Amino acid sequence: MHDELKQAIITYAVRLGDDALILGHRISEWVSHGPFLEEDIAQGNVALDFIGRSRMYYTYAADLTGNDKTEDDFAFLRSEREFQNHLINELPRGDFAYSTARQLMLDVYHSHYLSALMNSKDKTLAAIAAKGVKETRYHLRRSTDWVLRLGDGTEESHQRLQSAVDDIWGYTNELFEHDLLEQNLIKAEIAVDASLFKDQWLAEVSEILTAATLKVPATEWAVRGGREGYHTENLGHLLTELQHVHRCYPNSQW
Amino acid sequence: MTTINQSEELTALEEKFQARIDAEQKIEPKDWMPAGYRKNLIRQISQHAHSEVIGMQPEGNWITRAPSLRRKAVLLAKVQDEAGHGLYLYSATESLGISRAELIAALQDGSAKYASIFNYPTQTWGDIGAIGWLVDGAAICNQVSLQRTSYGPYSRGMIRICKEESFHQRQGYQIMIELAKGSPAQKQMAQDSLNRFYWPSLMMFGPHDSESAHSAKSMKWKIKRETNDDLRQKFIDQTVPQIEYLGLEHPDKSLQWNEERGHYDSGEIDWEEFKSVINGNGHCNRQRIQHHVKAHEEGAWVRDAQIAYDEKQKARRAEKAA
Repeated sequence: MHDELKQAIITYAVRLGDDALILGHRISEWVSHGPFLEEDIAQGNVALDFIGRSRMYYTYAADLTGNDKTEDDFAFLRSEREFQNHLINELPRGDFAYSTARQLMLDVYHSHYLSALMNSKDKTLAAIAAKGVKETRYHLRRSTDWVLRLGDGTEESHQRLQSAVDDIWGYTNELFEHDLLEQNLIKAEIAVDASLFKDQWLAEVSEILTAATLKVPATEWAVRGGREGYHTENLGHLLTELQHVHRCYPNSQW
Repeated sequence: MTTINQSEELTALEEKFQARIDAEQKIEPKDWMPAGYRKNLIRQISQHAHSEVIGMQPEGNWITRAPSLRRKAVLLAKVQDEAGHGLYLYSATESLGISRAELIAALQDGSAKYASIFNYPTQTWGDIGAIGWLVDGAAICNQVSLQRTSYGPYSRGMIRICKEESFHQRQGYQIMIELAKGSPAQKQMAQDSLNRFYWPSLMMFGPHDSESAHSAKSMKWKIKRETNDDLRQKFIDQTVPQIEYLGLEHPDKSLQWNEERGHYDSGEIDWEEFKSVINGNGHCNRQRIQHHVKAHEEGAWVRDAQIAYDEKQKARRAEKAA
């Protein structure tokens, strides 16, 4: 593998790791805050899938980097400007409706993204995707069920979920856009071209929202910047918490 | 005449019941049992369930700050297990004819208790190690003996829970090993956590047998299989070599091997502190319950939505069928 391509794959793997870690962190914030005990278990389970996925991506990036780099170096020793996750992942936990709305949009997205990544010419990424696809099937069933229940539940749950969908909608655009680095990896059949399934994503999300008696947002707004490290104010606080202990005791084993 | 017959009948049932207990037969939900046995079990199992659930808070306090991804994943899995234990135990309690809603109400209004150890704060990452190692370690001593408890659903729940708890204890001890062999600051963190959690862990076994309010009846009914003091002794003995292996100082300065008894003699536990924390003077008593109430109240609209949705679905199905 020539060096430029290797560097691009490292960046790509780290980005996917960032997406998984930041979302996993947000979901993990639900533990002991769920509406009932079964939900505490389910949220912990889903959070664990994403944390686990971030570890696989980071470990791959670390292996390619060499120099004794580890998964933890990526998670704990990079700053807010260096993280390149999509913004939707870093939005706050919010209420149960907010987390549910985000999860539905991302689960539908992941179901397509990971299925495509399974065909990557990069065998490690393809293998990580194969594991993720199985988890996503369960995640999507769960988030779909909750969207239906909340959307078609009570007046209050309907309203909460509708505002959540409206508030998150503009963060979905950048999920389907690629910078030059990703475009080159797409040409090399390593990265996934998400623009190819944007219409299908919209159709599937719309179908679920409609079945849940919710309106698909029509407003045109889009916030972008995650892949360039241009984040919302939420990420800095998240990283402060995530990285605190690790950074307080440099070069330590845990 | 009727009363005499009834009381004779009751005595006969009680005798038969005790005979089954003495013969080591398991009591199942549909079997006849004395009202006191049922009440005692509800108190003990629900207290155990509440402990698992409240215990998610001090450990959950460190999920977002765990110092490595591996530790984060292991801690998440562990806390998730604790929630699962809460669930089995609530189900076991429900088999005695009380609902989960009633049990949760009792936790929230303070009439039901949970392990007082969780009223202590988790201040450092070392505390997560100490909780896994010492608190889960103490819990295991108790739970291993409860695998033989006389109530079937509780006994079976304990067998399952014990398997997972031993993994929890190992994860805690592994945290301590890493800290103890780490930098001086890490070793200091480990020692500090050991110092703060050692004595409260000994208190987890409850008062001395002579002071324990529920012990005699529970032993006769084989709800409890070993006494508080015997279980505590087991824990004290097993912990000594573990502390030595870590190269940490033992928090009990008057600890001494007693050749004659074949056990360690422990320094006296500060029972004033025990009572004081139980009675509301711990750092987190109010916080723990308020946290639970808040999550429960914030989840009310979610539970309502679920019920409303289910009812709508049912109505739709009925409409279709008609």
